Amino acid sequence: MEKVLMKGNEALAEGALAAGCRYFFGYPITPQNELPAYLAKRLPQAGGVFLQAESEIGAINMVLGAASTGQRVLTSSSGPGISLKQEGISYIAGSEVPCVIVNIMRGGPGLGGVQPSQADYFQATRGGGHGDYRTLVLAPASVQELYDLTALAFDLADKYRNPTMILGDGVLGQMMEPVVLKPSEEIERPIPGWAVRGKRGGKAKLITSLYLEPEALEEHNLKLARKYEKMQQEVRWEEYLTEDAELVLVAYGTMARVVKGAVRRAREKGLKVGLLRPITLYPFPSEALGKLAERARGFLCVEMSMGQMVDDVKLAVCGRAPVSFYGRAGGIFPTTAQLLAQMEKAMKH
Amino acid sequence: MKIASRPKCLTKEHFSYCPGCTHGIGTRLVAEALDELGLIEETVGVLSVGCSVMLYKFIDCDFIQAPHGRASAVAVGVKRALPEATVFAYQGDGDLAAIGTAEIVHAAARGDKITIFFLNNAIYGMTGGQMAPTTVEGQATTTTPEGRDPALQGYPIRMTEMLSTLDGVAYAARVALNSPRNVRQAKRAVRRAFEVQQEGLGFAIVEMLSTCPTNWGVKPTAALELIDKQMLPTYPLGEFKVPEGMKKVVTC
Ligand SMILES: Cc1ncc(C[n+]2csc(CCOP(=O)(O)OP(=O)(O)O)c2C)c(N)n1
Ligand code: SF4
Repeated sequence: MEKVLMKGNEALAEGALAAGCRYFFGYPITPQNELPAYLAKRLPQAGGVFLQAESEIGAINMVLGAASTGQRVLTSSSGPGISLKQEGISYIAGSEVPCVIVNIMRGGPGLGGVQPSQADYFQATRGGGHGDYRTLVLAPASVQELYDLTALAFDLADKYRNPTMILGDGVLGQMMEPVVLKPSEEIERPIPGWAVRGKRGGKAKLITSLYLEPEALEEHNLKLARKYEKMQQEVRWEEYLTEDAELVLVAYGTMARVVKGAVRRAREKGLKVGLLRPITLYPFPSEALGKLAERARGFLCVEMSMGQMVDDVKLAVCGRAPVSFYGRAGGIFPTTAQLLAQMEKAMKH
Repeated sequence: MKIASRPKCLTKEHFSYCPGCTHGIGTRLVAEALDELGLIEETVGVLSVGCSVMLYKFIDCDFIQAPHGRASAVAVGVKRALPEATVFAYQGDGDLAAIGTAEIVHAAARGDKITIFFLNNAIYGMTGGQMAPTTVEGQATTTTPEGRDPALQGYPIRMTEMLSTLDGVAYAARVALNSPRNVRQAKRAVRRAFEVQQEGLGFAIVEMLSTCPTNWGVKPTAALELIDKQMLPTYPLGEFKVPEGMKKVVTC
């Protein structure tokens, strides 16, 4: 297996290419600009299409069109742009068209700043746009995962005919780490039967989210709900030193790396702490947390936000143990000392 | 001798348009052109949000339903991924000239090889007759009960002329659906707009002046006359851009 040193954004792009994605539509925004720049070079070489749209609204609707033809399609943006994409994401989810959307989060609200953040957790895991829908959400925490989870994102999108979101942050995109790349073989992916490509002798097909009859719309919503239920089996997470942990920290993405370091230090000091890192944010590893709640004495959720994932942790723990929260914003990461202090405080309760 | 017949690709479904609405004529012209050019098997249509959202029931080809105003962006996505397909969108004037202005301008500027049918009835039909950006001066709507006053609501927008200034646009025409003569001309423009895409020449748009008897509050026949009286002074017919080497097909 070939191991190469790569930037996070490049690994994500290579992961998409390896998964057979040949179409990208996007609009510039910091901190994800390196990704489109890389694909602008690589996609034409691979016989694909890179298009800079007039806006994120334009881009996501081009995704709807291109993905409706049965191809693997990628778009990427950050907070303000993802907000603009929400209308399209709702239509894509309602029309059951697979695609992959990358959100390299920055701080908000509003224009906020360009520093890393995790403040779009609610937006990503609750659907984000109008109507009852969910997107699968993956949260990579290393350059290798940016590569691997991007391929997984396309597979899951296809499997469920649903948009998948990759939720990262600027640190991850810029970071350089060794990556094991898959041997580059042309993946043979048949065009799915539902794709619109002209009738070509068959029956006319329709990609739509419009159901004017109340019964038909309810049936559609029930069908989507059954699909989201089935998606729960895709839950993925990592546990670190949780077997005997009295306090379980919960963090994802870059923050999980920082927390992991602090957990190691805490162990050296004799504190019985561990980490649960959700790899999928939707579906959320509620069952795994529930199991830990049977014996852990407390939970500490750490996020680069003022507290969003902590709601899901509380739902999973369901009152069986106290759940505390520590959050930073503006792109500021907590120091190990600060995290240790938070752990000690949580353990005192 | 056969004088007229139902286009093959027009389904047996009854139009959902109001009686006397010329959306029906626009729909039929698109179906006829797809038949005559033999394109129906390779066509992907994009539905806009408006009275034409049910078009997929009437024309027997593949369709994608787009969010309000985004039909041209969806069409761009299809065409970029599937260059061999014939891709068209059928948009109302609220859809194309208000909420979808950015999408249409940039599809045109990039010269995306798609065909756009722009039904201009100077009003929002589906939502019950509100002012559109194309509503003409003095025209009463539910949101301009005293008539559109340029001092308050600005002036009507001539999209097709504006778009024709862009280098990416290969074909831009305005026709009207209110008389046999105008419909014959419209038919030629609709065909031309598909031919331009087949030849890969660039973006093509045909604006069709259309009636909305229901929301204009007049009989269908009076509505046809209103196109001449009220719309033509603001919206002259003609071809504003024709690819080099192609003859004009609309005579004013
Ligand atoms: C984002 C959004 N805003 C508003 C609407 C409501 N809406 C539906 S159709 C329409 C206007 C349709 O008018 P037009 O495009 O002129 O087409 P017509 O019905 O006249 O053919 C509006 C505003 C919507 N569906 N989506
Ligand atoms: S509301 Fe107006 S535009 Fe819509 S179908 Fe009826 S007459 Fe035609």
